[in-house]
Amino acid sequence: MSTTTGQRADRPTGAVSTPPQPPGRRGRALPLPARNLLAAAAALALVTALLMVTGDLTALRLAAVGYTFLALAGLQLLVGGSGQVSLGHGAFMMIGAYSMALLVLHLPMLPLATNLLIVIAVSVIAGIAVGAATARLHGPYLAGATLILAVGLPGIAHRYHDLFGGSNGLNVRMAGAPPFLDGIVSTSQWQALVVWFTALLGLALLATVSAGRLGRRMRAIRDDETAAAMAGIPVGRTKVVAFVIASAAGGLAGGLQAYVLGTVTPSSFSLVLSLTLIAALVLGGIAGLWGALWAAFAVVYLEIWASELAETLNLGSDVQNNLPLVLFGVVLILVLRFWPLGVQGALQTLRARVRRS
Amino acid sequence: MTATAAGDLLEAEDITVRFGGLTALDAVGLDVAPRSVVGLIGPNGAGKTTLFNVLSGVLRPTEGTLTWKGVPVPARRAHHSARAGISRTFQGLNLFPQLTVLDNVVVGADRTARGGAFSLLTGLGHHHRDERLLRERALAALDSFGVAEHAHRLPSTLPYGLQKQVALARACVSDPELLLLDEPASGLSGDQVDALAEQIHTFSRDMAVVLVEHHMDLVMRVCDHIVVLDFGEVIATGTPEEIRADPAVTRAYLGNPAGDPSTEGPNADPDSGNGDTP
Repeated sequence: MSTTTGQRADRPTGAVSTPPQPPGRRGRALPLPARNLLAAAAALALVTALLMVTGDLTALRLAAVGYTFLALAGLQLLVGGSGQVSLGHGAFMMIGAYSMALLVLHLPMLPLATNLLIVIAVSVIAGIAVGAATARLHGPYLAGATLILAVGLPGIAHRYHDLFGGSNGLNVRMAGAPPFLDGIVSTSQWQALVVWFTALLGLALLATVSAGRLGRRMRAIRDDETAAAMAGIPVGRTKVVAFVIASAAGGLAGGLQAYVLGTVTPSSFSLVLSLTLIAALVLGGIAGLWGALWAAFAVVYLEIWASELAETLNLGSDVQNNLPLVLFGVVLILVLRFWPLGVQGALQTLRARVRRS
Repeated sequence: MTATAAGDLLEAEDITVRFGGLTALDAVGLDVAPRSVVGLIGPNGAGKTTLFNVLSGVLRPTEGTLTWKGVPVPARRAHHSARAGISRTFQGLNLFPQLTVLDNVVVGADRTARGGAFSLLTGLGHHHRDERLLRERALAALDSFGVAEHAHRLPSTLPYGLQKQVALARACVSDPELLLLDEPASGLSGDQVDALAEQIHTFSRDMAVVLVEHHMDLVMRVCDHIVVLDFGEVIATGTPEEIRADPAVTRAYLGNPAGDPSTEGPNADPDSGNGDTP
């Protein structure tokens, strides 16, 4: 390392926003995976407590929040973390959901954990295929290519009717809670627990990747590909890895959705889902994993509130069907008008203001 | 004329680059000896940046060979050059705007970490120690470039001169054997250029330096060897004294045999003190 005196002619630089931390501070902390697993365990305890005091209906809704959170966290790493805009995330959820349903239908003896691992493997393969094909595409071109995926994939379910059940999709019976928990937890509560356990494991991994060297490499590529390459970062490979991680998260989320709902249809993985996911992520805050949590609540609860509202107001079925989209759009516009960095951005600004005062 | 020797770090031979019908570089050769400072000069559009992109692996030449430490370099990607020990800066700095100053330099150090794919994907294995070492290394680099106190700020919040130091820290943090500097003096004031000259001298104790520069005063002061490009061809090479006396160089710069290349660069920067003749 060379020493220099190159800064003497520079102007004074004003106030330093954060004092530099002593270099050893992070070194004494727990390793990243351990910290994230602890946080996931704490979150699981919180969710379990919440599930114990709520009814079946809320349990199902919380389960939906759980798998949507996982799917959105994967999308956040891809779009916010590596700068690759994907409009086809719903397609990966569809791949996971159909894999799950097909496994339960054709190999009913496999335990759930094995099914979930196979679902991840299938999604990884799909992610490699799509990621490798699109690694050289940027911005709108990549968005367009993934859009084609979201538009085209549901068509395959229609085309191969015998295997995928056409527009009626596949219906499967999922195993409920293990017998020794009979009378303690209901099926819905058990399913929500399984979803959150799996999702939080996945999220711990995503958070580790995001905060670690790989996440920093992705952010460097997002900010400046040429400079990242000249720093020795394999740009193409890293982008494919980001794509694969995102598709694995999306596929696993889809598998969990199939597990909870017991039914998969092509119409639930339409283009609207993919676009809703990316819009929700912008609403929640695309800069970090926390934004994905608020986004997941928005995706699940805005739709519920909209249909409840339509029912109370006794609106016609045409209005009722479209009200969720309208409500979502209005909320998105309002949030971005007042909090351009999404809900999480607003919370961070608030926290900074509280800390300063 | 060029100091070709078996011990050269980088040898570029007959490098030709064509973009469609345009020949940007025509059979250009360049040799860089270890710990030497080579200047690459020439009027705008002479092909300096193209040659720079070839040397740093961003651009593959249409024809010609590159030899790194005696071994021919096959068709490759930019990150391979970085891993082999070549660093570069950019004319536009190209700092990562949304990463802190510290993270910018940590990315520059990334290639020195030991952990492989497993540690990257899981955060296990070498990851924890790698992160600590990368951080320490980056902080040490920031310290030696005088920007340690700004470690947690975003690059855009720093004045330009300090941003340049961050870019240099990012390029040097991995201890490269060859440092490519793209117009390091542009936008600097007179005494900042003096400081830069000192810095380049210091670099050349540990690594070879190639610089593209319009600031003739700086080039004449720091370079051991100068290569002059014009319209994609090498029109002169030699020591600063030889270049200064070369009529072909004078013609290329001014189109006027009476002129002196050191008095007026074609891209003269008003506040860079370009007029000084050493």
